[in-house]
Amino acid sequence: MRFPTPFQTVGPFFSLLLSSERYCALLRKEQTPGQAVSVKGTIHDGVGQPVTDALIEIWQANSSGCCNHPEDPRTKEPNGTFGGFDRAHTDDRGSFVVETIKPGRVPGPNGKMQAPHLLLSLFARGLLTRLVTRIYFDDESSNTDDPILALVTPNRRPTLIATSVVPGSYRFEVVLQGPGETVFFNV
Amino acid sequence: MEDSKVQLNRYQNRLASHDPPNNSPKYRATTNRHPKQPLVIIPQTLSEVTGPVYDYGQIEPTDSDLTCQHPAEPIGERIIVSGRLLDTEDRPIPNSLVEIWQANAAGRYAHRRDTHSAPLDRNFSGAGRMLTDKNGHFRFITIKPGAYPWDNHVNAWRPAHIHFSVFGQSFLTRLVTQMYFPNDPLLEFDPIFNAIEDNQSRQSLIAAFDLELTEPGWALGYRFDIVLRGRHATATGL
Ligand SMILES: [Fe+2]
Repeated sequence: MRFPTPFQTVGPFFSLLLSSERYCALLRKEQTPGQAVSVKGTIHDGVGQPVTDALIEIWQANSSGCCNHPEDPRTKEPNGTFGGFDRAHTDDRGSFVVETIKPGRVPGPNGKMQAPHLLLSLFARGLLTRLVTRIYFDDESSNTDDPILALVTPNRRPTLIATSVVPGSYRFEVVLQGPGETVFFNV
Repeated sequence: MEDSKVQLNRYQNRLASHDPPNNSPKYRATTNRHPKQPLVIIPQTLSEVTGPVYDYGQIEPTDSDLTCQHPAEPIGERIIVSGRLLDTEDRPIPNSLVEIWQANAAGRYAHRRDTHSAPLDRNFSGAGRMLTDKNGHFRFITIKPGAYPWDNHVNAWRPAHIHFSVFGQSFLTRLVTQMYFPNDPLLEFDPIFNAIEDNQSRQSLIAAFDLELTEPGWALGYRFDIVLRGRHATATGL
């Protein structure tokens, strides 16, 4: 039994990591089945400053709720039109945009279906580990019986739900600290 | 749907003492960025035990040799950094993406926000990537990065380090860390390295000089193994 290697901060210079386009922009392609959605996110710190040097990563199921991974028994081989993964850095306003398709419902604890959601990882200078949260969609009625949202106190659930601006376009505010602090998970 | 038949081998939890706390006041930038609410504990679902594992794009041989990405070799001490990607149960993790990025030999990143006055090196971009082989091995050729100053406190210097990004087999195994060099006098003063409470965990971030990895007349070798979260032995229903 070994100890896991500890996290260290991603620091301010990680965009060198993103210099290869081959490992970014793996979500929506023209031929991807499903409803095209875009989520515009913004990240702020505990004193309301935009976090302009964050790395964000998305992991999600496809429109049928299948994950592009050998341990999803419904996924027999790599999905050629939808990788399910994306990453980006925030801009000078602390914003990022995820262009994707709305995921289907993924089975959760005890076979109970989860509401459509994206997993969001967040790394930045000043964060010594990864923060993990979820992006749900405010126009999904299944949110009310989502088994993960149910574990969050009701007054903090809205921090996990992207709000619809116009059809197919959502806003998601991440607050790292203080009033309105986003729910982050230990999973 | 046959969900009731789906069995998951869940991942072991990371212990708090093995990771640096996000609230680490000596690393000043954590002050306004660490969450103050406790993390909400949730069960691992199919969403989390899956993750980006398929090969998302061709990796070129030059992607793992940072000394041959330009017409001429970069300035600096050529080194080999090699190791294995494993889990806590000692199982190798094959075919998995490992990425690195680093400063040049003078301690300067090829990045628009790096304002250090040290010179850039036109022959060094400082980023590399490769997939582990079937036994979890990876091997990069690069130059030893320089120490660099930062604004955390008066006379603050980062010890020489290489940033590592690894994915492993699921969303849960994702790790971003830094590799340090043995006998670096700056380690003792570095609030990022020292934010890790557990000494054994801290020491695991320091590569070992390795004569066997060293190539005669050519480059020193450093060994750095990376250990990701292991899995529970028994599968449980979704
Ligand atoms: Fe660095």
